[in-house]
Amino acid sequence: MNKRLFRRKLTDSLNTLSSKKAVKYATYLAAIIVFFVLILFPPIIGIVIKWSSISQVLDQPLLMGRAFTAVTNSFAVALLVSALDVLAGIPMAWLITRGKSRWLSVLDTLADVPFIVPTAALGYSLLLFWNKPQGLSSLFGGSLISEGWLLIVLLHFAFSYPIVVRVLVGALLDYKVEYERASRTLGAPPLMAVRTVTFPIIKPSIIAAFILSFARSLSETGATFIVAGAFENGPVFIQNVKNEFSSVALATYEGATVFASLILIIVSLTIFALIRVFGSRLRLPFKRIWPSAERKLSYSKAASSRNSVTLIVFLAIVLLPSLFVALPAFQAVLNGTLSAAVSGSGVWSDYWQSLLLSYLLGGIVTLLSFIVGLPMAIVIARKKFGNLPSSLLDILVNIPLIVPSIALGVSLKFFWQSFTFMPEFLLLVFAHLTITYPYFVRSMSAAFERIGLDMEEAARTLGAKPFSVFTTIILPLAKYSILSGAIMVFTRSVSETGATVAVLNVGSNLQTAPVVIVNWVKQVVPATSLEIGLGCGFLILFSFIILLLLRLVTRGKGRY
Amino acid sequence: MPDVRIVNLTKKFGEITALENINLLVHDKEYFSLLGPSGCGKTTLLRLIAGLIEPDSGEIFIGGKRVDDVPPEDRDIGFVFQTFALFPHMNVWENVTYGPRVKNFDLKQAETIGDEVLELVKLHERLDAYPNELSGGMMQRIAVARALAAGAKTLLLDEPLGQLDAKVRNEIRYEIRKMAKDLNLTAIHVTHDQSEAMSISDRIAVMKKGKIVQVGTPQELYMSPSSLFVAHFIGESNFLESSVADARNGDLEIELRGGVKVRAVNGSVGKGERAVLVIRPEIFAMESGLHKGENALVGKVEKVTFEGTLVRYVIKLESQDSVVVVKPSLAEAWIDVGATVTLSFASEKAHVFAYPEAGLMEEISV
Repeated sequence: MNKRLFRRKLTDSLNTLSSKKAVKYATYLAAIIVFFVLILFPPIIGIVIKWSSISQVLDQPLLMGRAFTAVTNSFAVALLVSALDVLAGIPMAWLITRGKSRWLSVLDTLADVPFIVPTAALGYSLLLFWNKPQGLSSLFGGSLISEGWLLIVLLHFAFSYPIVVRVLVGALLDYKVEYERASRTLGAPPLMAVRTVTFPIIKPSIIAAFILSFARSLSETGATFIVAGAFENGPVFIQNVKNEFSSVALATYEGATVFASLILIIVSLTIFALIRVFGSRLRLPFKRIWPSAERKLSYSKAASSRNSVTLIVFLAIVLLPSLFVALPAFQAVLNGTLSAAVSGSGVWSDYWQSLLLSYLLGGIVTLLSFIVGLPMAIVIARKKFGNLPSSLLDILVNIPLIVPSIALGVSLKFFWQSFTFMPEFLLLVFAHLTITYPYFVRSMSAAFERIGLDMEEAARTLGAKPFSVFTTIILPLAKYSILSGAIMVFTRSVSETGATVAVLNVGSNLQTAPVVIVNWVKQVVPATSLEIGLGCGFLILFSFIILLLLRLVTRGKGRY
Repeated sequence: MPDVRIVNLTKKFGEITALENINLLVHDKEYFSLLGPSGCGKTTLLRLIAGLIEPDSGEIFIGGKRVDDVPPEDRDIGFVFQTFALFPHMNVWENVTYGPRVKNFDLKQAETIGDEVLELVKLHERLDAYPNELSGGMMQRIAVARALAAGAKTLLLDEPLGQLDAKVRNEIRYEIRKMAKDLNLTAIHVTHDQSEAMSISDRIAVMKKGKIVQVGTPQELYMSPSSLFVAHFIGESNFLESSVADARNGDLEIELRGGVKVRAVNGSVGKGERAVLVIRPEIFAMESGLHKGENALVGKVEKVTFEGTLVRYVIKLESQDSVVVVKPSLAEAWIDVGATVTLSFASEKAHVFAYPEAGLMEEISV
């Protein structure tokens, strides 16, 4: 039987299958069951079964106090960073969407850079730039910014920046400029038009950007650990406690971890619930109007220098620090560290293995996300089980996103520990799947909602069976969303540190690349700065290459 | 006094010239239409007047004041958008009083104005409704009310009726004109619908490919089109390819294909040159059978269509040209398909134009 005939038969039988309601709904149901059993329940149940271990720390006020301070720090940093990111992201998104220069597409791409750099490498890069004598500090003598909260804020600002800009650019592209023009013709100066009309209309996207940045800041562990110094936020605290107690006083470690994780989870769930309920009712003083002041401001120097300030902030605080690690990486290539690296001697023997593991893991997780996430996205977007279940699922899917990843990892570990047959690698896969799942489902369900039912219906009236509709209409139209969803999943998995260290046994040989980098920087494994630089350099380089390949593979005419 | 004057205005979008060297004067309190096929630059011109986009060269004056460098909020204009652009996060009342509020009127005054304009558009009972709860016609009225509330004396309307269905459109267009007249506004109305422009405008500028081809009252445009394009775009016309057999003191002898000769008086085409004879369908007199006389054209009825008020005939002439003739459907007896008829027309009602270099179809294409 030749290939074409085989494909034809396969399509035919899949078409027949897909026409059967039972088969369709069985697929959707399976996707929902997988979501609950593999993704939503384990992290929740894990914490619950270790609930009693909290008693271990209740009589240790010192540790409790530390945990409280750390969690408070987490939320303070997340709040500050998200506010700053939205403030800086709005003019940047504005420049990208409304600017007239043809260099804007370059700027658009550059804004994505910190997103592609794995966070551990990003953390080291920032450390070099702001803190180490090789960086900016050399100009000032000593270190410009010491390790601690300010450096954490700068770090989180940098890695959330692309996410915020991306969301706001999307919102501004969808926004009808006509509203703003109407406001101008009615007598509002530019600033007032934007404040009273544009912002209120794109408010949901501003809130979404804020939430994403907030969640990301709460979650991030690897890079934060690198730049934290003696400062502790939630994830760093858990990491420190693990290092201090896990081998000497396991019960204390478990107690402190459960305690901190629980507060992190409860508080963040509460905050997001509050934002969800009250966010839409939130009325900033949009209705108040200060005509003369706003008119003055609209045409003042502050407004005209907005773009330059935006660019300077982007270059000096986001782009340059993020890519600064290229400098030692380049030096390493010149001075012979490269040959040591390639030969795999010394610290490098573990490095290559970890790199391979990271990308393998990223690939597997991306594939799995696709398989279990796609039907779920359809269920949510097309409301396959009615309105209420779909919107409920829509909320539940986001939970892994807002649970700090280290807390999630800790909980997962507790849960799967009870299954002794569970191999460590599979545990790693589940942890990464849980963390990346929301990214994929969110971007896919949004894409399906955009495509709209009429395309599907048109194809059906022309005689296409459901499976053919999916392969000939929906997949081609959603190609770019699938690609961007896959890129997000992949980069997120390759970056992931918090949950990874949480699920790994002490001394495990399944160290992913970011874990190795963190160990190098923290001198758990002694490494020179050139070696660390080169290690980060490779990580960034390979990530870039893989993403580029992905883009080439799915290259096509036009965007839909 | 808000007359609007445009001098040598040019606007390019990249390589494409959207408007070329436009000169125009819209008088104070005039209801003026910019009419043309889509892509002719009429909306671009309106947006330039409003200050929503900036010209490459030329000058714009509103009420004698040069406004090129004035931002839209200070031009003292009201603008009605094709999509209405009602703010979706504000209710009717907030939308309508937006202008007075951002212009720093005091609260009492803003409320009075809001009341007045809502009274004007008869939508006073829907104050709390949000735009997505309104019908197309209501949204249109609110959009006009909002533009009027800002107190501007110049009203710019960009295809304000384009989104409405036919019945509502016909009602609202007269309402808008009446409001503009009652409030002594200068109105500039952009449309591609010639019947809309004809029925509400004091004067019309017909535009084509970035240029104004003719400005005049509806009657002037209809009775004396200055070009084949205007004759085609305004109303309906028959175009007969021909040549000028003789020309003397404005008296033209036109030879149609097949050798039939007719007389026309409107046109300046030299003897021996190719020409196009333009005759409106309602100008023809039509009789059954063969008849001799001046400007008589013999043909056969090819098709008869009943259109309500009118009956439309397609006649195949001996010259092989097909012409359209319309007759009132009740006032006259119908003539059957296949019948031989004689058409005639008054020389002073037909127009003669030189045959365009680019070809007839190219010249009249929209």
